[in-house]
Formats: sequence, C-alpha cells, structure tokens
Amino acid sequence: MYSATIGTSRYAFPDLKTLLAKASPARSGDALAGIAAASGEERVAAQFALADLPLGRFLNECVIPYETDEVTRLIVDTHDAAAFSPIAHMTVGELRDWLLSDVPTVDALARIAPGVTPEMAAAVSKISRVQDLLLIAAKCCVVTRFRNTIGLPGRLSVRLQPNHPTDDARGIAASILDGLLLGAGDAVIGINPATDSPERAHALLEMLDEIRLKLDIPTQGCVLAHVTTTLALLAKGAPVDIVFQSIAGTAAANRSFGIDLALLDEARTAALSLRRGTVGDNVMYFETGQGSALSANAHHGADQQTLEARAYAVARRFKPLLVNTVVGFIGPEYLFDAKQIIRAGIEDHFCGKLMGVPMGVDVCHTNHAEADQDDMDTLLTLLVSSGVNFVMGVPGADDVMLGYQSTSFHDALAMRDLFNRRPAPEFEAWLQRQGLMDGANRIRPLAMPGQFCALLPA
Amino acid sequence: MRNDPPPNDTPAAPQPQPISGGTAPDVWANLRQLTAARIGLARSGASLATRPVLDMRLAHARARDAVHERLDEAKLLNDLGHLGLPVLTVSSAVHDRQHYLMRPDLGRQLAADGELILVSQRDGGHDVVFVVADGLSARAVQQHARPVLAEVIPTLRSESWQLAPLIIVRNGRVAIGDAIAARLGVGIVVALIGERPGLSSPDSMGAYLTWRPGPQTLDADRNCISNIRPEGVGYADAAFKLTHMLRAIRSHRMSGVRLKDDSDRPLLGER
Repeated sequence: MYSATIGTSRYAFPDLKTLLAKASPARSGDALAGIAAASGEERVAAQFALADLPLGRFLNECVIPYETDEVTRLIVDTHDAAAFSPIAHMTVGELRDWLLSDVPTVDALARIAPGVTPEMAAAVSKISRVQDLLLIAAKCCVVTRFRNTIGLPGRLSVRLQPNHPTDDARGIAASILDGLLLGAGDAVIGINPATDSPERAHALLEMLDEIRLKLDIPTQGCVLAHVTTTLALLAKGAPVDIVFQSIAGTAAANRSFGIDLALLDEARTAALSLRRGTVGDNVMYFETGQGSALSANAHHGADQQTLEARAYAVARRFKPLLVNTVVGFIGPEYLFDAKQIIRAGIEDHFCGKLMGVPMGVDVCHTNHAEADQDDMDTLLTLLVSSGVNFVMGVPGADDVMLGYQSTSFHDALAMRDLFNRRPAPEFEAWLQRQGLMDGANRIRPLAMPGQFCALLPA
Repeated sequence: MRNDPPPNDTPAAPQPQPISGGTAPDVWANLRQLTAARIGLARSGASLATRPVLDMRLAHARARDAVHERLDEAKLLNDLGHLGLPVLTVSSAVHDRQHYLMRPDLGRQLAADGELILVSQRDGGHDVVFVVADGLSARAVQQHARPVLAEVIPTLRSESWQLAPLIIVRNGRVAIGDAIAARLGVGIVVALIGERPGLSSPDSMGAYLTWRPGPQTLDADRNCISNIRPEGVGYADAAFKLTHMLRAIRSHRMSGVRLKDDSDRPLLGER
C-alpha cells in the first residue's frame, strides 16, 4: 500500500502497478484501459508518493507476476546488483536529482545501466519534466556496431525506409537511390514488406545485398519480416545482416506477436553464426511502441509507458544494433494528440538510453491523430538535441505502404545542419568518396554519382 | 549550431534544385513511374522547396478533413432508400468525433435508443444485414456504399437471400455490426465502413463480413475487402467479391482466415 496526503485528502494506491499508472502523465491509452488517475490532483499525489519510493522497492515488488511472465523473470533474474550499488540507497526522486546533477559522468551512467530496471526508469520519467528527460538522455551514450558505428557523440544516423505497397523491387530501388543521395541509410536500409511471403522477403534481402555490394556501402540491410520468416530464410542461405522483430513488455503481448525470449535468442545465435558484421556484432533490430500491450489485451492493468520500458529490458538482453520506438503509429486511442506523442517519444528515448539501449525514434503520426508536420518537427528537434541515435528517412515523409507520416530524408538533413550532427563515421567517409558532400561537410548532392547509375532500372 | 551563410549565398533568390541537380531531369520522371513514393523532390539547401511542402500539406489537410467530416445522414438515408429495403439510422454509444477517436470500445456499442429500434425490427427470417458506418471516413461510405449495394442487393435477391433492413450507423466501428446482427437475430453481417484515411486515399471504404458475430468475435473471424473506391477496388469488383464471399460464408458456415484459403483462389480464377 502506498499513499500521499495532499491538503486534507489522502490518496492510497494498493500496489506498485497502480502507483505507476496513476503517476503517469495523461495518456488516452491508460484512460481506455481504465487505469489512469481520476483527477489531476490524484496524478500528482501519485507522483509525490513515487518520488519518495526507495529504488530497492522495485526489486521486491513486481508489476507483473514473476511466476507467469518471462519478461518479469528476465528483469529480476538478470538484474546486476553490482551496477545497481551506486544508486541502491536512493529514492526515485533522489535518482532524478542525481541524474540531473553534475556528478554522474557518461561512463558512470553506462556503468549503472544494467542495474536500472525498466520500472525504475519509467518511475523517474513520470516525475520528470521534458527538459529533464532531454538533459539526462543527452548524457547517456550507447554505441553499437555492425558494418559501421552508430550512436557516437555528435552523430545522427538514419534508417532508410523505402517501402512500396506491392514490394516492387524497382520501386523500392528508386526510393533507396533517393535516400542514399540524401545521406540516409547509415542506421540500416530497412524495408517493411507488404506481404508475409517468405519468397518475397528473400528476393528483397538479395536485392539489398546486391545494392550494398555494388555501391560498396558500409551499412546493413534488413527486411522487417517476422523473426520466424527471417530465421527460415537464414537457414536457406539468404543474406541476413540483422534480424528484425517487434517486441513488447509482457510475455502475453509477445505471444500475440508470435514470439518469446527463446525464439529471439535462437535468432540472434543464428545471425551471429553468419559473421557478416565487419566492425561489430550487434545483430538485432527491435521495434516497440507505447500501447502495443493494451492493443493485444495483454497489459495486466499496467500503464503503457511502464510496459514500453519493459520492452527495452527484452531488447537489452539481445545486444541490439537498433531499437526504435514507433511512437505515433498506434493512433489516438493510445496517444491522443501531438502533446501525448511528443512526451511519449521523449520518455521512450530517455528510458531506453538510461537502460543502455541504442534508441532511435520513428517520429510519426497517423491522419486520425491530432498532430501534423509542425508537431513532428518539434519532436524530431527535441530528440536530436538530446542525442537520439537514429531517426527514419522516408521519401517526403509519406510512407506509401504503411499509410502514415514519418520523417523524411530532408528532415534528417535539416537536423544534421541545425545541430551539426554527422552520419556514422564509416558512412560519412563513403558519402565523401561519392562526392555527395560539399566543402562545408554538408550533404548536398549535385550530380548523380556514376556508380549510382547501376541502381537505375534498365 | 551553424550560423555562417552558405558559400553561394547571393542576393538573388536561390533556385530550388532537384536533388540530382546535375543529372538529366527525366531520371526522376522515369523513376516516379515505379513508385508512388515522394522521390526526387525539389530541394533548397537541406530543406524541401516550397512546392513539395505545400503538396504535402494539401494531402494531409484532405485526409484530416475526411476524418472529421460528419456523416450526412439525411442524404445517405435518401440514397439508400432507393435500393428497395427499409433503412434505419442508429448511433453508437459515442457522442462526438473526438470521443469516437478516443474510445474505440464505445464505437462498438449501440446507444440505448438504437437497441430499442433494432429489437423492434427483429425477424427470424433474415440471412444477412448490411451495416453502413462512417468509421474514420464518412466521405467513403457517403460516396461508395450506394453504388456497391446497388450491385449486390439485386444479385442476392435473385438468389433468394432474405435481406434485413439497411442500418446506417453514426460514429461506428466495425464490431458495432456484431451488436446489430445480434439484436436483429441475423446470422451474417456485412459492415461497410470508412477506413483510416491515407494521404493519397481519403475516401477508402472497407467491407467486413462476419458469420454468426458475437462478443467473442475476433478480427481473425472476419473477411475483409479493403480499399473500395474508384481508384482502388472498383464498385463492380467489390460487389463481385462481396457476393462471392457471402456465398462461401453461407455454404461453409464460417468466416475469417480459415475461409480465406478456399475463397480467394476461385475468386481470382473466375475473373
């Protein structure tokens, strides 16, 4: 039982799960689930109670039962007590204050990451303002490698997302060409396939590999098929660089995705066995998003932001190259408007980075959410200011297959200019060699490099 | 922060250039034949030129307008009234569009007066009920429901199907059809509903077919025809698929993914 007294009103919260839910900033998804605070005062009362909670409490009370949820077992069983020891004596509020102080170094933050559980990270985020989340995340550095190096200070990488409604190879190649010319693709060239066809996914993997080899691009390709599809293709000898899967923060939600931890482990082992990485062996790519557990009716009464942080515990287990929260894709019943989408994107980036996860954000919205490109500009700018590892690059921000609006190649370029962020170093050198950068080190394609003509359809 | 002016800055207005500046302009014209993606957009510095910025705003504005447009019930009632079936109008438990967007659960439930209207129409002899709901694009059903039904209804009648009254639903989700079928005591429901508007398709209608719908019905228990509009799946094609699926649902006494395998194949073969 937790409680806080505000004036003459005493607010009681029967368990940690309820306390976290009531303390969460307003979210349409939590209201839909019937777990949100009933009033503004109750929300802040919960935040007061949460701020006074000793971090050790999170190790003794599970939000979702240990016995029935393998994500909880993962969180508890892999908790690193030594990493936790520097903050073990703190409350949630004291941890926030310490993170914002000038005391912790980048290295110190990296060292405590394995001791930070998702519920602790979520708790800190709930009592923090947006600027706190930006400042703390900016101090966290999570670097990953496969054929290039992603997440270094001063860098911003881009996933080139060249989707096509019928997976037409030439249409996809046209979008890849556009993106490469504009300096996108250092995080990954990643295609969401329009169908579940393994044959199609195989053909797309072959095409991506051919483009990469032809142009000698220091990056990785990915077809974002279901992990079981990728595993089967990998066994058939398909050129799989990194393995994609959508993941969530409860075992039941993961089951609804057709996965469990053992399957992800099998996929990682298989991808590692190919030894296709040249500068590192981060071989997994995960996508997440607040509300996914509720939409699968697998939320156990926990709030969507806490569950999202739990998905990062799943991700962290498998040493991913990229983790991407697709923040506005789910729709207004979970994140109603730009205010909720923006706050959620910043929370996700913060929680992931604090937990040592290489976070990128798909800054996006659907047409039925109360949001537009100005709002996406705001979120994108805040995230880049805070050191997000990567963002999406979609032609003209309009994904013609998935039917939502993300960020464009030009958006990423504008952010690189505004904050002087450069691509991954190996990729930047490649852009230089292609003559796609000007004298001031800006990406400014003026002519189609001769090699690129190989991508043009005959 | 970069504050220094770009090296070629001159008082003259900069000319936006295609990103492939030095290449032949028809490279992009040719590539655009291969994809609807917004490739090769004119650029100024790092940013898009004015024209593509406004093009994007226009597409988004149209999609937004479609989401918030109210269903013109009087007009739809009149349009559907010519199809030879009684037409009734009910509302979901949602009270306005904003409420609709935030509470999908209430968009699946009938308002109290709707329950009464439907129960009074109950007649054990109907085979199928068509439900026309605004969903996320009222414009879609406003434009496409009548032409599709005008082809489907005579065909079904000629095959001796007993058709329940047409039901128009304000602020409805797909599953409100389940509640309607249950009140009317009908075994098959077809929900024609406005789909989530895309940038290039603000008026796309979906048709969801469900056998013996009820509270336990899952999405996997439904068959769907998506993207019904003249630029997508045209009226004649949609009507053909719809009647074909209805026959299959009735003869197999099931709907959903289990039905798909033996209904899609002949569907393609017969055309």
